[in-house]
Amino acid sequence: MKIAVCIKRVPDMEARFSISADRKSLDQSGLKYEMGDFDGYALEVGLQLVEKQGPGEVVVVSVGPDGVQEMLRKALAMGAARAVQLKADEVPVDGLAIARALAAELKDGGYDLILFGRMATDTASGTVGPMTAELLELPCVTAISQLEISGSRGTARRDLEGATETSTFPLPAVLTIDEGIARPRLASLKGIMAAKKKPLEVRPAQLGEPHLFIEAMALPPDRPPGRIIGEGAEAVPELLRLLKTEAKVL
Amino acid sequence: MAKVLAFAESRGGELRKVAFEAVTAARQAADSSGGGEVHALLLGAPGVAARGAELGRYGADHVTVIEHAGLERYSAEVFAATAAARLSAGDYRAAFFPASAQGRDLTPRVAARLGVSLASDVTGFELRADDVLAQHPGYTGKVIVTLRLVGTPALLSLRPGVITPVEQPRTARVETAAPALEPAAARVMVTELTQRAAARLDLGEARVIVSGGRGLRAAENFKLVEDLAAAIGNAAVGATRAVTDDGWRPATDQIGQTGRVVTPDLYIAVGISGAIQHLAGMRTAKTIVAINKDKDAPIFKIADYGIVGDLFEIVPRLTEEMKRVRHDQ
Repeated sequence: MKIAVCIKRVPDMEARFSISADRKSLDQSGLKYEMGDFDGYALEVGLQLVEKQGPGEVVVVSVGPDGVQEMLRKALAMGAARAVQLKADEVPVDGLAIARALAAELKDGGYDLILFGRMATDTASGTVGPMTAELLELPCVTAISQLEISGSRGTARRDLEGATETSTFPLPAVLTIDEGIARPRLASLKGIMAAKKKPLEVRPAQLGEPHLFIEAMALPPDRPPGRIIGEGAEAVPELLRLLKTEAKVL
Repeated sequence: MAKVLAFAESRGGELRKVAFEAVTAARQAADSSGGGEVHALLLGAPGVAARGAELGRYGADHVTVIEHAGLERYSAEVFAATAAARLSAGDYRAAFFPASAQGRDLTPRVAARLGVSLASDVTGFELRADDVLAQHPGYTGKVIVTLRLVGTPALLSLRPGVITPVEQPRTARVETAAPALEPAAARVMVTELTQRAAARLDLGEARVIVSGGRGLRAAENFKLVEDLAAAIGNAAVGATRAVTDDGWRPATDQIGQTGRVVTPDLYIAVGISGAIQHLAGMRTAKTIVAINKDKDAPIFKIADYGIVGDLFEIVPRLTEEMKRVRHDQ
C-alpha cells in the first residue's frame, strides 16, 4: 500500500502572537513551529495502515520554506519512508494554490490513499484536502473518525453535528482525518537515527496564480476584562439580574 | 448590482438555521452593491421544494430546488457538481455557504471545480468594486485575518451563528431542476446515518450553551449541566476536551480548537478552567458566564460574569432561579 500524507508546519498555538509592522504578517520572533495536530493523526493512520496491510510505504509531503524540513525529518523518524518538500518562500494563504502544488506532485505517484489532517490548526480552514481530491478527480471523505480498508474499498465514519455518517468508497481516495482515530507515536532513537539517511527531496512548488491574499492581520478586540460578581450560591440572584438587565440575554 | 448565491442547507427535509444565515448574508452583500438579486440553492429529497418559499422571507428572489430520491442524505459529489454547475451558469459575484460540517466538506470542492478561491469560516465581509474582503479568525481566534479574494465568483463560508437571520420578505420564484450528477453515480456512498437523540439541539444552532469541564468530577454529575440547560430552555450542552477524552461525554460535544467553534448569545462555563484549547471554541460568545472554584482560573479573565465557589451549590441554585424566570414569563 502506498500512502501519501500531506502535512503543514504551524506555529505553536500556545504562543502570544503579535503582528509585524507591515500589519499583514505575524511577528516571527519567539515563534516555535511544529506539525499540525490533525496532521499528526493522519500520519499515524498512514503508518498503521502500512504496518497492518503489508508491503508499502508512507511518503510525507509539505509545501513551504526550508523550515519545513525539520518537521519532515520528524515524520521520517516516526516511520515515513521518504519526504518531499515542495519549496515555496512561504505557505500561501490560498488553499487552492497549495492544492495545485500537491496535486501536481501526487498525480502520477500511484498512491492508494492520500491523507490530510482535518484542518491545519493555524488557519482552521480544512480546504486543501478536498480541493486536492477534486483536482485529482479522486473520491474524498473528510473529517473521518474511524477507518477500515478492505481490498480496494474503504469504510469511514464521520461526525456530522449530532449525527454519525458511515460511507464506503473505492481506492484510490483522499481522506482527511479527525482526532480520536489514532494517537501519534513518538519517534524512537533508532527512528531518529534512521531518518537522517532517508531521502528528503526538494522540488519547487507549482502553486499557479493565487486568488486569495492576506490584506491585514490584527489582534482581536479584547473582550471587556472579566468580572467576578460574587462568591457562592448567594451570587446567583445578582447574576440573573445582570443577565436580564445588562446583557439582556434572558 | 451584484448577483449573489446562497446555499441553503437542509437536513431531513427541513431548512437549517445556517440556511437563513447564508440567505441573510447574501441579501446584505447584494444590497451593499446597489441591490442585486439573491438566488438560493436547495438540494434534498422530494418534498423539500415546499421549504423553498421560506427562503424568500429572508430576502431570496429566486430559489432553485434540486429534488431527488437519492438526495435524502448529503452526497458531496452530487452537491458539489450541482453547486458548481449553478455558479458557472449564473454570472454570480459571490456565493455564501455555511461553515457547518456539511459546508466545510462541500465548499472547497465547489471552489476547486470552478478554479476560484475560498475564504473559510468567515465572520465578516465586504464586497468592493474589484475584490471581496473577508474576516477570518485564525490562530485559534487569537488573530483576525482579513482576506482579499479576487476573481468571480468569490466563495465564502460563514461561521455559524455570526450572522443573525433577518426577515426581509420577498416573493421568491421557486423552480425545480435536476442534479448535475445522478446520485447513483457518486463514488462515495453513504450507507448509514445515525441521528443522535432527535430532540437534542445542535451546538451550532443553540442561542444558549451550558458547558461542563473537569470540575464536575464525574460523568454522572453532568446531570447538573443538563438540568440547567433544560431549565433555561432551548439550550444545548457542550463539554471540554478533557471531558470528551475521558469519555464522560461524546466527542461530538467537544467545544474548542479541535472540536466545535460556537458563537451563542450566552455561554455558561461550569467547572471549566479555560485552557487555550477550549477558549478557541467559545471566545466569540456574546456573553460568557463562568462558575469555578479557583478564582485564578483563566476563564475568569474573559467571563463577563464570574462566580467563584462550589459549582455543586451554585449550579442547582441557578437552575432553580432559571426555572422561576421562565415561569414568570
